[in-house]
Amino acid sequence: MNNLWLIIKREYLTRVTRRSFILATLLTPLAIGLFFVVVSFIFQYDSDDSKRIAVIDEGNIFDGKIKDENNLFFKFVNSDLDELKNSFEETDYNGILLIPSLEDLLKKDFRVFYYSDEKLTLDIEPIIVSRIRERVRDYKIDQLQIDRQQLNALNTKIELEPKPIKAAPEATTKMAGKIAAAIGFFMGIIMYMTVFIYGMMVMRSVMEEKTSRIVEVMISSVKPFQLMLGKIIGVGAVGLTQLAIWAILIPLIVTIAGLFFGADADAMPPSAAAAGAEIDPEEAEAMLSLVIQELSQQNWWAILPLFILYFLGGYFMYSALFAAVGSAMGDDLGEGQALTIPITIPVLLAFYIMMVSVQAPNSSLAIWSSIFPLFSPIVMPARIPFDPPIWQVLLSLFLLIATALALVWLSGRIYRVGILMYGKKVGLKELGKWMFRG
Amino acid sequence: MNILQLEDVVKTYDKHVAVDKVSFNVPEGRIFGLLGPNGAGKTSLIRIITTITRADEGRVLLAGEPLNSNTPTQIGYMPEERGLYKKMKVGDHLMYLAQLKGLSKKEAKAAIGDWFDKFEISDWWGKKVEELSKGMQQKIQFIATIIHKPKLLILDEPFSGLDPINTNLIKDEIHQLQQEGVSIIFSTHRMEQVEEICEEIVLINKGKNILNGEVKAIKDQFKENRFRLDFDTDLPTAVTQQANIIEQGPNHIVIQLSAGEDSNNLLRYFISNGLHVTAFNEILPSLNEIFIQQVTTFEEAV
Repeated sequence: MNNLWLIIKREYLTRVTRRSFILATLLTPLAIGLFFVVVSFIFQYDSDDSKRIAVIDEGNIFDGKIKDENNLFFKFVNSDLDELKNSFEETDYNGILLIPSLEDLLKKDFRVFYYSDEKLTLDIEPIIVSRIRERVRDYKIDQLQIDRQQLNALNTKIELEPKPIKAAPEATTKMAGKIAAAIGFFMGIIMYMTVFIYGMMVMRSVMEEKTSRIVEVMISSVKPFQLMLGKIIGVGAVGLTQLAIWAILIPLIVTIAGLFFGADADAMPPSAAAAGAEIDPEEAEAMLSLVIQELSQQNWWAILPLFILYFLGGYFMYSALFAAVGSAMGDDLGEGQALTIPITIPVLLAFYIMMVSVQAPNSSLAIWSSIFPLFSPIVMPARIPFDPPIWQVLLSLFLLIATALALVWLSGRIYRVGILMYGKKVGLKELGKWMFRG
Repeated sequence: MNILQLEDVVKTYDKHVAVDKVSFNVPEGRIFGLLGPNGAGKTSLIRIITTITRADEGRVLLAGEPLNSNTPTQIGYMPEERGLYKKMKVGDHLMYLAQLKGLSKKEAKAAIGDWFDKFEISDWWGKKVEELSKGMQQKIQFIATIIHKPKLLILDEPFSGLDPINTNLIKDEIHQLQQEGVSIIFSTHRMEQVEEICEEIVLINKGKNILNGEVKAIKDQFKENRFRLDFDTDLPTAVTQQANIIEQGPNHIVIQLSAGEDSNNLLRYFISNGLHVTAFNEILPSLNEIFIQQVTTFEEAV
């Protein structure tokens, strides 16, 4: 027991004091913060290229009024097109906008012409189009004498409000499903990444011990199983440390970056604003408070402990397998790569099933995958925000823990043979044999 | 008193018998040679003694007790394939290995300090292993092997890859440790080192014990009654009738005596015939010859 503790301590301390670990742990949140700053800066960046556009309004739809915006200046002219085109060189216009008169008010299409030898750029085209669309709409309403209120009423907005049949302890809102999916997806992704990153770390470390020939010195003092277990626990603790630091630093840095550089809704680019034209700022604010309300209504006391349990189960299971494979590899990383494929396949499958499961958390695929132990560490956390039946969670946890223990034990049996095997290429069949060797 | 006793030890891998009913004893305080060609089963035997693997059959007793979880703290093992964690600091590394061998933090620190003083390497504590040369790393490996004052020291090809300076340094340490009462098993296939260092040997081939005993006794057992005579005058012409000469040089001959014949009579004959003898000695077979002879006869028999 004492030796196991010494091994865990060494594995942990040598890693967290390594410069590369400290840099990666601190720089990743900084890089994410920097990314946010740069992105918001890019979106906030206004074109400093001013454009002057001559407008020929043949039907006088605009009544001489059109708003300038963002270095885009409109000027109504009374000359006709050919005249303007001929003298275009002498003027300082960038283009000529020709708005023909609107012949048929009931026609849906309306063609407007823009004369210029410069390309129409993405930032001005939507502005021109939306200006004309709004104005034509108003013009049509006036000309057809339509009642504005009636017209607005036609545009019915549908809200699907879920209501529980049995009395629920707390009211659910229309955001519940989306929030649950987001939390589930987020947890699934973290599981997937940690299993790979830290599992691989265990594997590399096993290989290093073997290739640096320290392993035989070690196992003359400690049991191979202790060495493997100590390594898995030590690296797992490193992983938890890193995740904990990121969980604190990333929101902190992103918030600070947001405060300093104003990465708020106003910074949305015009095209994005146009796409989300139906969301006005008040509505967005209401939605944000709804999201926060929904987040705070989640049963975090169940979600977080379960997340940690699934993390531990999944991590132990897969890192033990990675350790076993690492022990069988020789000095050449490439030749052993084939051995890792049987481990990466279930992880990848689980990842894809997880992505489907957040959309249909109660499909039979989602249910059975969240119980099957090789998939459950990634799939079940994605389902937890949707309140799966308790028997499914218990069964899945039981199977996961049992499988993790069995795989750690079996991997230990492969490991103790593999680490003493030098200069021999081994296949999966041999690994299987080692499990049952006395 | 034997520090180590092996009784009918068997170890099988798949269908390959690596150790086949091997028995021998290692007396306390001796330097004991575990010899055999490559692949004979030496490493398999050592791994059983160091509790890295378990014997399928037979008994192994260390200081009279069956091997147990306490065994590793009493054994110092330097494997043939040895290395260190490259990224660790030398001091931390030795502290780690010493504590795994059951030393407390304080004991470990004191012991490492003593060895550092002895080898005059006190400034190495904070250096990373990867900054050390190969020879320096070998010193650290040796310190790591004996830091916990083991009763039994097992050295598997200790001199392979060592430069002559480190070889001598470690030879001296081996002798010193022996004087302090440590028993040493020295595993190798390099016979000239065995002859120089070991007092007793066991010879293993194909997993079997084919020869065991004191070096001197074994040499006696394999001697062939051959004598070498050196002289600086002419040989008597009638000498061939008196002795069976199997080798002749300008100033020496090698004579084969028949069983029971006394070498003194021969010497007396030469002296009385006016030969000026400068040296006369018995030719003992080298361990290398015995080794090769034993291994080949064993192989023919199989």
